[in-house]
Amino acid sequence: MATHQGFSIRAVGARTIDSVLRLGYATRFIARTIMSSGTSLKRPRLVIRELYFTGVLSLIIILVSGLFVGMVLGYQGYYTLQTYGSESALGVLVALSLVRELGPVMAALLFASRAGSAMTAEIGLMKATEQLSAMEMMAVDPIARVVAPRFWAGFISMPLLAAMFSAMGVFGGYLVGVVQIGVDEGSFWSQMQSAVDFQKDIMNGVIKSVVFGFAVTWISLFEGYDAPPTAEGVSGATTRTVVTSSLAILALDFLLTAFMFGGV
Amino acid sequence: MSDKNLIEIKDVSYAYGARPILTGINMSIPRGSTVAIMGISGSGKTTLLRLMAGVMKAKQGEVWVDGQRMNDLDQAGIYKMRRRLGMMFQFGALFTDLSVFDNVAFQMREHTDLPEAMIRDLVLMKLHAVGLRGAHQLMPSELSGGMSRRVALARAIALDPMLMLYDEPFTGLDPIAMGIISNLIKELNAALGATSIVVTHDVHEAMEVVDYVYYLSDGKMVAHGTPDAIRNSTDPLVRQFVYGEFDGPVAYQYPGRKLAEDMRLGH
Repeated sequence: MATHQGFSIRAVGARTIDSVLRLGYATRFIARTIMSSGTSLKRPRLVIRELYFTGVLSLIIILVSGLFVGMVLGYQGYYTLQTYGSESALGVLVALSLVRELGPVMAALLFASRAGSAMTAEIGLMKATEQLSAMEMMAVDPIARVVAPRFWAGFISMPLLAAMFSAMGVFGGYLVGVVQIGVDEGSFWSQMQSAVDFQKDIMNGVIKSVVFGFAVTWISLFEGYDAPPTAEGVSGATTRTVVTSSLAILALDFLLTAFMFGGV
Repeated sequence: MSDKNLIEIKDVSYAYGARPILTGINMSIPRGSTVAIMGISGSGKTTLLRLMAGVMKAKQGEVWVDGQRMNDLDQAGIYKMRRRLGMMFQFGALFTDLSVFDNVAFQMREHTDLPEAMIRDLVLMKLHAVGLRGAHQLMPSELSGGMSRRVALARAIALDPMLMLYDEPFTGLDPIAMGIISNLIKELNAALGATSIVVTHDVHEAMEVVDYVYYLSDGKMVAHGTPDAIRNSTDPLVRQFVYGEFDGPVAYQYPGRKLAEDMRLGH
């Protein structure tokens, strides 16, 4: 029994040390990526190319999801507000829910599953097929040439995708609330306009999406670069990207919301 | 270090943690020669190649390349040295998101300010040298194993290197593709005036191409000499390797308990 307990404590200790080491390695990795961004600045085409893969190719899933989330909010909001005779506040409810919370969080979760996992798999496979080693042998730093452009592309595209998700969501709420159910169009838009504060609501949402973009891209790139160079290694890294990114997004959202709205 | 040698390795040892990979290696590789480093899988030959390319640094001993002690070079110095090296990887390691043309042009675009028109001509010349000028628009996924290796070779010689490193260039190729690659190694070495090091366990193919052979076993240099000397070696380890004998100093059976014990005979 005592031996078993000793073994368990040792296993927990080993895992803790391993996690701290990995976090340190990941921090050095992102610091090196940011320090090696000169190539990306000198050759913006490298970043633009990655913006296409991470941003433009994620647009469809972001826009369609935003539309559906907005439509659901329209239905749920209307039936809740109707109880209190406040249907005219539907626009405010939909807009605040989206710009403060759902836009940045949902867009980041979708971004992690679509673009994040793709980045991990691509870099992991480049490692497994010795493409990164080949680059190093040609005196080209893979962090500067492969990782940094992807980092900046993810960092730039995330807030834009979150904004598009929110805009599409508001349109979805409008379709359901105004076009289908018949809420007054004037009060839908005017109440939204007067209640949504640019600094407090929109900018806080943008800050959240920037933080999520940094976290998701960092996790995705690190997992790919650190993946064992085997099929199993790359598949495990891709799974870890989605799981770790999702947890990081939700935890960071809680912390940021507590700072922004909780008076912490 | 003698000026006639491009590479000198002096009493080099290397270990991964407590596990020794190379022990007391000494080698001298003259400029313009083609040398094979042979040995069974896990004998340390790829590690030796990586030490020469500065991918890792020797824990003990010295590695000299073109008069420079690799142990002393920082990252910038190693990158400067690597611009004069070409390496062909085991399975080509072509960049899968770039076409054949862009793969070969990669180093020219990264390290030179040559105009695009000149890069185009140079790339087509390199591809012509390996017989794949007509395939310049293809993507790596559209190439056979032999063609990938030839494109990788064209990419490796893009900046006319002084030293060519080949990591298992013959693995997994059909006899025709193998013949093409060995012929290219020989011809390109002569045309570039380079020095070539071929890490391989394809004995017969390599023996046709190289001037000298180093044979490694368990991280130690157990034999070296001309291809004929290696063929005629009386060392049982070398003979087993060269003639593909299934049992010998490298045992057929993985070490374990006696068969009678595992089969519970005599109980």
